[in-house]
Amino acid sequence: MTVLDGGLQPEMRAGVDRETIETVQAMAGKYKYGWETDIEMDFAPKGLNEDIVRLISDKNGEPAWMLEWRLAAYRRWLRMEEPRWAMLKYPEIDYQDQFYHAKPKSMAGKPKSLDEVDPKLLATYARLGIPLKEQMVLAGVEGAGEPRRVAVDAVFDSVSVGTTFKAELAKAGVIFCAISEAVRDHPELVRKYLGSVVPQTDNFFATLNSAVFTDGSFVFIPAGVRCPMELSTYFRINAENTGQFERTLIIAEKGSYVSYLEGCTAPKRDTHQLHAAVVEIVILDDAEVKYSTVQNWYPGDEMGRGGIYNFVTKRADCRGARSKVMWTQVETGSAITWKYPSCILRGDDSQGEFYSIAIANNAQQADTGTKMVHLGKNTKSRIVSKGISAGRAQNTYRGLVSMHPKATNSRNYTQCDSLLIGQGCGAHTVPYIEVRNNSSRVEHEATTSKVDDEQLFYCRSRGMDEEEAVALVVNGFVKDVLQTLPMEFAMEAQALVAISLEGSVG
Amino acid sequence: MLEIQNLHVRLEAEDKPILKGVDLNVAAGTVHAIMGPNGSGKSTLSYVLAGRDGYEVTDGTATLDGADLLAMEPEERAAAGLFLAFQYPVEIPGVGNMTFLRTAVNAQRKARGQEEMSAGEFLKVVRDRAGKLRIDADMLKRAVNVGFSGGEKKRNEILQMAMLEPKMCILDETDSGLDVDAMRLVSDGVNALRDAGRAFLVITHYQRLLDHIRPDVVHIMADGRIVKSGGPDLALEVERNGYADILAEAL
Ligand SMILES: Nc1ncnc2c1ncn2[C@@H]1O[C@H](COP(=O)(O)OP(=O)(O)O)[C@@H](O)[C@H]1O
Ligand SMILES: [Mg+2]
Repeated sequence: MTVLDGGLQPEMRAGVDRETIETVQAMAGKYKYGWETDIEMDFAPKGLNEDIVRLISDKNGEPAWMLEWRLAAYRRWLRMEEPRWAMLKYPEIDYQDQFYHAKPKSMAGKPKSLDEVDPKLLATYARLGIPLKEQMVLAGVEGAGEPRRVAVDAVFDSVSVGTTFKAELAKAGVIFCAISEAVRDHPELVRKYLGSVVPQTDNFFATLNSAVFTDGSFVFIPAGVRCPMELSTYFRINAENTGQFERTLIIAEKGSYVSYLEGCTAPKRDTHQLHAAVVEIVILDDAEVKYSTVQNWYPGDEMGRGGIYNFVTKRADCRGARSKVMWTQVETGSAITWKYPSCILRGDDSQGEFYSIAIANNAQQADTGTKMVHLGKNTKSRIVSKGISAGRAQNTYRGLVSMHPKATNSRNYTQCDSLLIGQGCGAHTVPYIEVRNNSSRVEHEATTSKVDDEQLFYCRSRGMDEEEAVALVVNGFVKDVLQTLPMEFAMEAQALVAISLEGSVG
Repeated sequence: MLEIQNLHVRLEAEDKPILKGVDLNVAAGTVHAIMGPNGSGKSTLSYVLAGRDGYEVTDGTATLDGADLLAMEPEERAAAGLFLAFQYPVEIPGVGNMTFLRTAVNAQRKARGQEEMSAGEFLKVVRDRAGKLRIDADMLKRAVNVGFSGGEKKRNEILQMAMLEPKMCILDETDSGLDVDAMRLVSDGVNALRDAGRAFLVITHYQRLLDHIRPDVVHIMADGRIVKSGGPDLALEVERNGYADILAEAL
């Protein structure tokens, strides 16, 4: 249900806006998730070498094949160069000046159930609005219909702290657990699929992740099963100087369906923190996966101090005929965003969609987009990208659409809109298009506009202050994308749009 | 209610004086009409009162119930009870009309320290007021003014006015481009709001509107000044003879 502006529930949309505005006002320029939890941590020594890789593997109680896989990646990584083609400026990252493994001490002996988890950790998630213990009753808006349940996995620094609704999911045959657990409990699945979408050698950051990933989520939806609830993972970086390298693997067998949500936050820090995640999705015949992200890592302050460096590789392999994937991302956080969720449309008649809102304010830099690689016949892809730049920020859309010779009768539609707020920011669009057969078609539309003074004055003459007016106009600009999000995420995203543009006018 | 004294306004961009000493008093409970040739400064006056950027007030004052309008932000003027129905209503893509209305209503309530309107109450009120203006559910759902016909845009302005219940309503050529039926809807909308605590300043070129909304006072504006004021008959005179005689007389 994603009716945001429909005649059926206009009150709901209006309620969202009101909430947005309240949130903006309550924030008063503060990053909402910027506090740090005081929890005793176990750190592996700083820096990266084979011993650290071994230690991570050991702490996770991994089998030998997993360790070998990691070491192979590590050795490969040593010979790789950090990519520099993105429109991003940042100082050299010292990979030896990071902790690669941090774990709350209370997790040293793995808790058997959520009841054994440090209450401080649970409190952290509660503060983030993520009740791990109970059934999540969300979207409690008048007329919103059935409350929805969402199974949650939460990853705190390097470690998964708990997954809810396991039993009920198990009944449906769905596996949703920490990937560290999957390595131990479902090695046949992990071995078969890990690295099959994003190979170890894929790119500098993915290879680094392959060597040192500490945890993440694992999802398996068996053939013919429609996952009975939405699955969600919340990632939180808490400890200082810790890199977070999570790895997510989703497998949708024939004819299955799942909607997966990912949320991210981190505390305020003066120093930059590294985040290099990998998400792999395998989709077999007639299966469908929706993957929604609200990325709100700490963006740094107005001067560009601190903030997360976010280098992420996300890829879905539509391996089966008629398989479908839909990526929706709302990228409001991080000092640096380097991220191109991609679709490999291998199966005939498979479909990929990418919907993106990327907001860059102050000194933030975002270089994000997608790749649609059409390999199968009659494959379709659709890209809708909304980039918003404010302050001194630079926002680049970088997208590849590739039609291979065998991908006959394939279609792509790309719409790429940029909105500028103020004079100091920049928006860039870098589309790469390759069509290597005659029967396929690619359509690309791009617009760049400024937040219009007439619109702002019109809103203000009706009583909204400048920030409310900007939030309203911008939410209108991104509506097409917001509508693709599950309801509760759409609300969160709408609020975030307003918060992340705080101080961009006036 | 609205008191304007010796108002001089210059366009910032062109360094060009537009209003050259406007004096106007609109008492609570009355309806004033302003007529005048194109380019005489009518819209400029309404924009300056509403607080649009780009104008410099070089002299004079404007107060609403004694409060200095010119010192306020546009949203503060709105919260103080000033409303302008735009000559050219602005389109806001992606923002539902209903969302816009509710955000506006609650922003003003908040500014006045009142409680927000509940979703249910709001819906009830909107449906009622929209119905009277023949604004259907579809128009409420669509993005603000996007793809609206000229007449729909104007009715939508009156709907906003009906929802916000301002005390000083300025209508800038709300009747232009309306057919007879729409004109009646708009006039009925205005007449329904008339009461002792509210005043109207209606900018128009046509007697037609003033047949429906009977003004107490009619002003003629020319070259940035009010050159003549009178009763409803003045509008009839304009309708018959145009502005030439009045302007010649004023000079
Ligand atoms: N943004 C602008 N740029 C240049 N000239 C303007 C602008 N706005 C108004 N004017 C000029 O100011 C004068 C008054 O315009 P306006 O207030 O729109 O008149 P009216 O509404 O009475 O037709 C006209 O000469 C018009 O050309
Ligand atoms: Mg005008």
